[in-house]
Amino acid sequence: MATVGRPEPSPSLLRRVEALARALMPPLIAALTMVVAAGPTGMPALLPAVTLPQVVFWSIFRPGAMSPPAVFLVGLLLDLLSLAPLGTGVLTLLVAHGLAVSWRRFLARQSFLAVWVVFCGFALATGALGYVLNAALSFTLPPPAPMLHQAALAAGLYPAFAFVLGRLHRMMVRAEEAA
Amino acid sequence: MIRLSIPLRQALSRLTLPVLIAAAFGTMLLGKADAVIAERARTMLSDVLAPFYAAFAEPARIVRDAVAEFPELVSLREENARLREENERLRRWQAAALALEAENALLRRQLQFIPEAAPSFRTARVIADAGGVYARAVLIAVPPELQVRRGQIALDERGFAGRVTEVGNRSARVLLATDINMRVPVTLEGSRARAMMVGTNGPRPRLQFWAEGTRPVEGERLVTSAEGIGFPAGLPVGVVRYSESGAAEVELFARLDRLDLVRLFDFGLGGILPPEAVARPEPRGRR
Repeated sequence: MATVGRPEPSPSLLRRVEALARALMPPLIAALTMVVAAGPTGMPALLPAVTLPQVVFWSIFRPGAMSPPAVFLVGLLLDLLSLAPLGTGVLTLLVAHGLAVSWRRFLARQSFLAVWVVFCGFALATGALGYVLNAALSFTLPPPAPMLHQAALAAGLYPAFAFVLGRLHRMMVRAEEAA
Repeated sequence: MIRLSIPLRQALSRLTLPVLIAAAFGTMLLGKADAVIAERARTMLSDVLAPFYAAFAEPARIVRDAVAEFPELVSLREENARLREENERLRRWQAAALALEAENALLRRQLQFIPEAAPSFRTARVIADAGGVYARAVLIAVPPELQVRRGQIALDERGFAGRVTEVGNRSARVLLATDINMRVPVTLEGSRARAMMVGTNGPRPRLQFWAEGTRPVEGERLVTSAEGIGFPAGLPVGVVRYSESGAAEVELFARLDRLDLVRLFDFGLGGILPPEAVARPEPRGRR
């Protein structure tokens, strides 16, 4: 060590960077998967179905990593990537986030299956909210099939996201305990 | 960072969500009021993401192709079995054909059958439709070095098309099988019965004058007959079809509505009418 005798150059800096990275990782992962899902996959319902499980998962298990501003930005990205009217994705995700955060004390203690069932409700409710907003903004009744398709896809994708993000969450917890 | 008191910070954090929800409504109104803004933001975002998508396009295409190929791989086994079975059947047919060919050669040797010489043909391009005194005729380009005679037979790549009726220096007119002036002696391939194919100016010539008791069967193949020395025997003409009114008609093999190239065969036959007996049609202007 060349710096013997001097005080360690702010050990908290590294830790702060680390904490920042931990806090930024979930929204960044969400944005990345959304960009990939918005590519030419041939499934327009994939994009919202990829977004909702991540927002709800982090809101339940690590609300610090998915703060309301982050949810807002993710929703804005969702609206820009999809061709939905601007703001509808933002609103539905914010509502889902708010509900998940307010129920998290109860939900975080439940088994995976119970959380999944609740998430299915979330998927249906956000789909319905998006449908209503769409109808209100365009003054027409859009066909309901895409909404149901999207909700079913989100519900089906949730276990995969929960598995991967749960691993990530545990890794973060371990890193925080070690620090 | 501005240092805030803890209760204030808590109040702020509790306020974030409602404020952001209000902002979401604001965004919605903004997007509704000014569609250009949303459009411009979307365009900017896609401009930023375009290189990313371009980089991932190739791997994504490979994955999609692999996924699309999967059902094909599954059905490959079935396909293989089907092809093997078909191969077996075709080999049996080939054996039958070879046996028949050998038998044919043997019988010919015994009969001292004189085989026909393979006819020579020239291919010429069709340059114009119709015209002249005939309703269904085509004009073909004939290079000067090509010898074309009246009475030569024209075939397209599928079957009988018509006969050469007029010859100029650089062109010749082919009277098509569908013309109302055309009469072709034909043989029903199944029953070997003779009949006449009579043009009607419609797409399907009529079949007439077959011998009693040999009614043409629907779908039976027709070939030319050598009777009358106008045509050689055995050129493919078409198949028998019955019209809705019950008249026997011929569905020609040749596609006379889209002739590009015709093969002109010189069988050395004089034709039904000797060339000098046919008067040249008078030019139209003198009528």
